[in-house]
Amino acid sequence: MRLWREASLVAGKDLRIEARSRIALGQILPFGIIVVILFAFALDPDSGLLTRVAPGLFWVTVLLAALLAVGRAFAVEEKSNARDGLRLTGLDGSAVFLGKMAAIAAELLFLEILLGTAVVILYGVEVNGLLVLLAAAPAATLGIASTGTLYGVLAAGLRSRETLLPLLLLPVLAPVLLGATRAFEGGLEGAPSDAWPWVGLLWIFATFYTAFGVLAFGTLWEND
Amino acid sequence: MGRVIGVGAVIGVVALCLFGLWGAPPDDRQGEAMRLLYLHVPSAWLAYFAFLVTAIASALFLWPRTRSIVWDRVAGASAELGVIFTGLTLVVGSLWGRPIWGVWWAWDARLVTTAVLFFLYLGYLALRRVPGEPVASGKRNAIAALIAFVDVPIVHFSVEWWRTLHQKATVFNPELSARIEGVQALTLWIAVLAFTLVYVYLLDRRYRLAVIDDALAGQALARAIRTRTGGNPGETT
Repeated sequence: MRLWREASLVAGKDLRIEARSRIALGQILPFGIIVVILFAFALDPDSGLLTRVAPGLFWVTVLLAALLAVGRAFAVEEKSNARDGLRLTGLDGSAVFLGKMAAIAAELLFLEILLGTAVVILYGVEVNGLLVLLAAAPAATLGIASTGTLYGVLAAGLRSRETLLPLLLLPVLAPVLLGATRAFEGGLEGAPSDAWPWVGLLWIFATFYTAFGVLAFGTLWEND
Repeated sequence: MGRVIGVGAVIGVVALCLFGLWGAPPDDRQGEAMRLLYLHVPSAWLAYFAFLVTAIASALFLWPRTRSIVWDRVAGASAELGVIFTGLTLVVGSLWGRPIWGVWWAWDARLVTTAVLFFLYLGYLALRRVPGEPVASGKRNAIAALIAFVDVPIVHFSVEWWRTLHQKATVFNPELSARIEGVQALTLWIAVLAFTLVYVYLLDRRYRLAVIDDALAGQALARAIRTRTGGNPGETT
């Protein structure tokens, strides 16, 4: 019970910072939309190719946006030694992990809704199986947020963190990109029977790394 | 002990060269290209073995009772060798694939998993290069190694699932796979043994190098402190 209260305190703090600074809305979202537009330049929009590969392009864009969101989530702790301040509050490491992860996941879900709308409009995608999408997106988001938070704290405070984070995070997220793309393909084509196993894989990934983070984060958080 | 293993490794590699290049007959279907498998198979096996050693050493470092800088060094040394063997697996596999499959690369589950594996541990090695206080960076390294290690089966499973859902295995045509027996099987066993000895020898050398590196860094720090405090009267040491 205490864990949840502490986690929601941390999540609330991060989301409040975001609401005031509007980095996700003012910088990460436009970045995502320009990536979506650049994909259309790279792949001829008239050939119908864009519509077919839209799920993959969407999730690649989300991954790129997630790198920025994770970097941002730990950059706010660097200023004025906020990290030490948060440590001195005596909050449990697991709670800090869950809180930061929830804040990142909430930001990403928000970005996904807007980016998804942009993809539907710009690529002319038809959504047939909304239920699958609604089941797959949160799972993929939690998978990205859990591993992102873990690696975010690993790289936080290191000199080369901006370059290190993508190299660490993207290979680990390979199954998430694969699963989310297949699930979305199934959902868009209205063939959910192909998609549900992938949704299962995404939930397993998310659960697994969330548990890993709850166990390991304390060690990393009280480190250095 | 290290020297004995070193001599064993040299003998093993020489035997592998003799058997691999001349002793073993060319394959019925694959011809001379089959000889590449004497490098490909043992390096793939050692890549996985090396990462297993890294994971075990990392877990031992995280466990407070067995925490020792030894395990951090072993994990790092083994991961470096693992990355080298993974790279070798990919390169040799690609060279073999060109004449046998007709392509340098195929989106096969095993290939894709190996490529992801390569980048997973490249990231881990990059993280290791960041300097820091030994226990803090040791914990950081160990957790990163475990995150990567548990990801391997998930990657493999998802990629395999992806490829089998989309298309039947085309490249791993049973007609083309080698039937290993006789001298060929013996050569493969020699290859695995030789590579394992090379791994153990290099692990030992790399570990010693890490010890020397740390000692050197410690000395440099002590010297820097002495120089700074040297001009200060009252501090003569």
